[in-house]
Amino acid sequence: MFLALTLLLPIPVSNRKKNKRILSEKSYGKLTARERILLLLDPDSFDEYDMFVEHRCSDFGMDSNKNKYPGDSVVTGRGRINGRLAYVFSQVWFCLLSLVTDFTVFGGSLSGAHAQKICKVMDQAAMVGAPVIGLNDSGGARIQEGVESLAGYADIFLRNVLCSGVVPQISLIMGPCAGGAVYSPALTDFTFMVKDTSYLFITGPDVVKSVTNEDVTQEQLGGAKTHTAVSGVAHRAFENDIDALLNLREFFNYLPLSNRDPAPVCECHDPSDRLVPELDTVVPVESTKAYDMLDIIHSIADEREFFEIMPSYARNIVVGFARMNGRTVGIVGNQPKVASGCLDINSSVKGARFVRFCDAFNIPLITFVDVPGFLPGTAQEYGGIIRHGAKLLFAFAEATVPKITIITRKAYGGAYDVMSSKHLRGDANYAWPTAEVAVMGAKGAVQIIFRGKEANAEAEYVDKFANPFPAAMRGFVDDIIQPSTTRMRICHDLDVLASKTQSSPWKKHANIPL
Amino acid sequence: KAGLSLSVAAYIYNQAGAASKHICVFSSKAMEEEKMHVSGGRKACVLFISRFLLFFSLQTFEKLLIANRGEIACRVIKTCKKMGIKTVAIHSDVDANAVHVKMADEAVCVGPAPTGKSYLNMDAIMEVIKKTRAQAVHPGYGFLSENKEFARRLASEGVTFIGPDTHAIQAMGDKIESKLLAKNAKVNTIPGFDGVVKDADEAVRIAREIGYPVMIKASAGGGGKGMRIAWDDEETREGFRFSSQEAASSFGDDRLLIEKFIDNPRHIEIQVLADKHGNALWLNERECSIQRRNQKVVEEAPSTFLDPETRRAMGEQAVALAKAVKYSSAGTVEFLVDSSKNFYFLEMNTRLQVEHPVTECITGLDLVQEMIRVAKGYPLRHKQADIPINGWAVECRVYAEDPYKSFGLPSIGKLSQYQEPLHVPSVRVDSGIQQGSDISIYYDPMISKLITYGSNRAEALKRMEEALDNYVIRGVAHNISLLREVIVHPRFVQGDISTKFLPEVYPDGFKGHKLTDLERRELLATAASLYVPCLVSQQVEVDGMKLNVTSEWNLASPLLSVTVDGTQRTIQRLSRNASGDTRIQFLGTVYKLQILTKVAAELSKYMPEKAAEDTSSILRSPMPGAVVAVSVKPGDTVSEGQEICVIEAMKMQNSMIAAKTGKVKAVHCKAGDTVGEGDLLVELE
Repeated sequence: MFLALTLLLPIPVSNRKKNKRILSEKSYGKLTARERILLLLDPDSFDEYDMFVEHRCSDFGMDSNKNKYPGDSVVTGRGRINGRLAYVFSQVWFCLLSLVTDFTVFGGSLSGAHAQKICKVMDQAAMVGAPVIGLNDSGGARIQEGVESLAGYADIFLRNVLCSGVVPQISLIMGPCAGGAVYSPALTDFTFMVKDTSYLFITGPDVVKSVTNEDVTQEQLGGAKTHTAVSGVAHRAFENDIDALLNLREFFNYLPLSNRDPAPVCECHDPSDRLVPELDTVVPVESTKAYDMLDIIHSIADEREFFEIMPSYARNIVVGFARMNGRTVGIVGNQPKVASGCLDINSSVKGARFVRFCDAFNIPLITFVDVPGFLPGTAQEYGGIIRHGAKLLFAFAEATVPKITIITRKAYGGAYDVMSSKHLRGDANYAWPTAEVAVMGAKGAVQIIFRGKEANAEAEYVDKFANPFPAAMRGFVDDIIQPSTTRMRICHDLDVLASKTQSSPWKKHANIPL
Repeated sequence: KAGLSLSVAAYIYNQAGAASKHICVFSSKAMEEEKMHVSGGRKACVLFISRFLLFFSLQTFEKLLIANRGEIACRVIKTCKKMGIKTVAIHSDVDANAVHVKMADEAVCVGPAPTGKSYLNMDAIMEVIKKTRAQAVHPGYGFLSENKEFARRLASEGVTFIGPDTHAIQAMGDKIESKLLAKNAKVNTIPGFDGVVKDADEAVRIAREIGYPVMIKASAGGGGKGMRIAWDDEETREGFRFSSQEAASSFGDDRLLIEKFIDNPRHIEIQVLADKHGNALWLNERECSIQRRNQKVVEEAPSTFLDPETRRAMGEQAVALAKAVKYSSAGTVEFLVDSSKNFYFLEMNTRLQVEHPVTECITGLDLVQEMIRVAKGYPLRHKQADIPINGWAVECRVYAEDPYKSFGLPSIGKLSQYQEPLHVPSVRVDSGIQQGSDISIYYDPMISKLITYGSNRAEALKRMEEALDNYVIRGVAHNISLLREVIVHPRFVQGDISTKFLPEVYPDGFKGHKLTDLERRELLATAASLYVPCLVSQQVEVDGMKLNVTSEWNLASPLLSVTVDGTQRTIQRLSRNASGDTRIQFLGTVYKLQILTKVAAELSKYMPEKAAEDTSSILRSPMPGAVVAVSVKPGDTVSEGQEICVIEAMKMQNSMIAAKTGKVKAVHCKAGDTVGEGDLLVELE
């Protein structure tokens, strides 16, 4: 029996003390680089590379034997996650000598040798077509090595860019990550963080204080909360190392191994023709009342499972992975519960990046639309909502994976066009009976058309446009469907669309409005 | 004419066929007749003629309006369909998609969500009756069921009220008058004061005369609302204040009365059925002692406590009372029974009771059908000697409420998943909701009534256990854990119960099922095998002991059946996540487990502990509701246990108290606010 179970009962404090590693503050609450790999990969599946590599620096007494560690400050290799190949590097913030003593390997800092080891696994991963997972825990550049260390960073950045769109790249930030080092995670497809122990920033609080005179803590400046809720740099944060690594394993199951692989298909026990009766009542009668888009997503997904990406950032749009009849799909949905589900700068960028990832890796897209439009205001216009909103439009239009769209309620104005509409090469576009496809809400429309002179005009406009028929008559939605049949329809469409091929005119690459 | 009758008769057949599928433990005489013909497979014309005759013999009303919502509205509609009566449902705007609306032939909106503006809105309901030309109104229970004004208005419009006449409603609806009537009809009554209590001082004086403990209750009340027990002068004053407030808000009538409080009583009631020709029957008793805050939770029929003599004496007194007020229709005479089997008249409910299904199960009568027949003026079809006690029936009231907070505080939400255990034999579920329905703050939080039937009590209880395990309710808190604990508790199984059962058995509040060592091992083994679900049979080692787990689960199904060392259990996995956190409903109670591989479990001891929020200095609303009063302001010093504010939910006033002594830092609510569960009310320093 290889499982161990713990009922969540309080453990007496005395026992906890006994079990705790008495370590320096630096390693408090952290696992070692190798323990992390042990948890991430299947048992006995890790094949390590370059265990004998040492750094080549001879200045500042670095060539003495006590300053040399076999493998230097990173562990690299390949292994399997639920049987599927992955390349891994795990930076060494500290090592354990015994249960009570630890030491750091130059604070996990990046030497030329360290970078070379990472580049080797990235090259192999791109060649065989398998994802790269980085477990980042590094103090930054190895200052003793000078420009050699900077060159090492650049070598990694180049490979991050070349691998982008070829194999999925995932960064899990498990400790400090500052200065130039932050750009490697930023270039990868997904960045996850561990709460309370990981930080990402260009310059630390001391430099900030001396330059801008701002008082700020590490946590406020670049902690998990900041990056998952405010800056949008990280895609999700986890409670601790174990939680993060176990979630990473779960997340990995959704991903194809490379851009040449189709979206993975799991064995599915949830019937594909399952009716979902609660969807018939999920949209409230009053069109001003909010509901939770996550309720819809959970209820149609296989076994109600949904891996949400960026759950705390730009919450007016929901993005994440789920499975339909066993096949991975990317789901995008406006969230009426937050800011009425409108599109603004942050939500457009969040949506656009997710859509492009799915398109790059052959993951079908399912879009749930309930959008009252783009958010008006000076803050948005000055911030460049036109430019940023265009990103989402660009991403949906460019995507050639199967695209299925369900309009649950409002699809107003330009936002209707943007949200994977039929006009942007949508494959199957459906409307629920509650859908309203119009240029704007009835009140505003009537004010413009009649300047308030027509008393019954509002009712007429509602009659004409606050329903899915005008769009259905023009073929802009393929069908008006009973909400409870949504899962069934999507699964049938995905089956058919599995063999979809579509291409765009030849180009070096498109010019997305960055 | 003949052609018309033909189509109507066919309609009965179809509806009856549909109804018999839904109501599984139903067997009224009429239905048995029908089934006989259907199964007999005689020629179509013979069948038709018998149906034709049946139609005339049963003809009651063409169209009936149900002035209610939820399960009871659905319950009435089912019988109407069986009898070939067209139905009209009324609903508030938030109930537009409710089940009773979908089931009825017609449905009309009578106003916005608050009951005062919709289900209690007599003007609007009278309008609907006129518009739809309904000939009769069934009021269900609650709402307008015991409102004499409503009955009077219906009578003046020539519409039949399915219930007793206004005289009986008035006489029995007033606790003071009903007590006098009962005394005159030689029914045993509780010693007490036969008048209205004017103020708190008079309340204290009377209470001293009767002798403590005393019960203060609303004269117009029912269902435990506006009821308080007082053991001394101070409690009498406080009880007087609370009861009159609650009575005023619930019934619009703040008159109170006081009587001797019978300590440790059982609550046993007699179902009576009377017609307009002076005939009355008693349909045996229902034991309703398992209560929390004077509201019933588990009911059964018959009672384990009554012997045939006591049963007959109670039944005869109940019938005597019914006859004394010229009662017609179904009604219930409630008694308190003390440990020496002395029984005292408590009150008479002039309506269909929530718990009527248990009586239907053991007597085979359809009470709604009998009520409709009686209202039309037909005499009773049965004699007292025809009323049997067949087997045993138990009813659990499944509520959307959190049983861990004073045995049940309302919870609201959307039923994201809902599946009734109808595949368990001899189970009847009376509900008015379905998957996707909202449990809102406006109405009673009852999800359903779960009734099981067996040839004896043990069988009925065994089936109830199985039914509760197989009941899938997700999206709202529910009281399945409490119900399941009650029905397996040794005291309940022996029949040793009283109205104080819950506070006596769980003096520190209900905490869920306590796992025995064996059950704990079973749970752990099951959880472990859930981690590797592809194997049908496996051996799991828990604490050095080997257990064999056999299962064929489909993890997409909400119900998982597993056999551990030969014991079959149905469990539900409510949630899981990647970090191994799993919630499993096992023996009714939800357990939080963490399932990890051995490596992860060993390493998790090095993970930092995160500090939880200190909850003693903040007061959060335990349920959704409205703030009635706030008795502190910032800067006040409060002592532990002092009342901070009062929250009203589902018409119950709940006093929120300080968890520790301290100074009030901030008050986040004011009287009149609507608050949700978990909303911050008051912060202490």
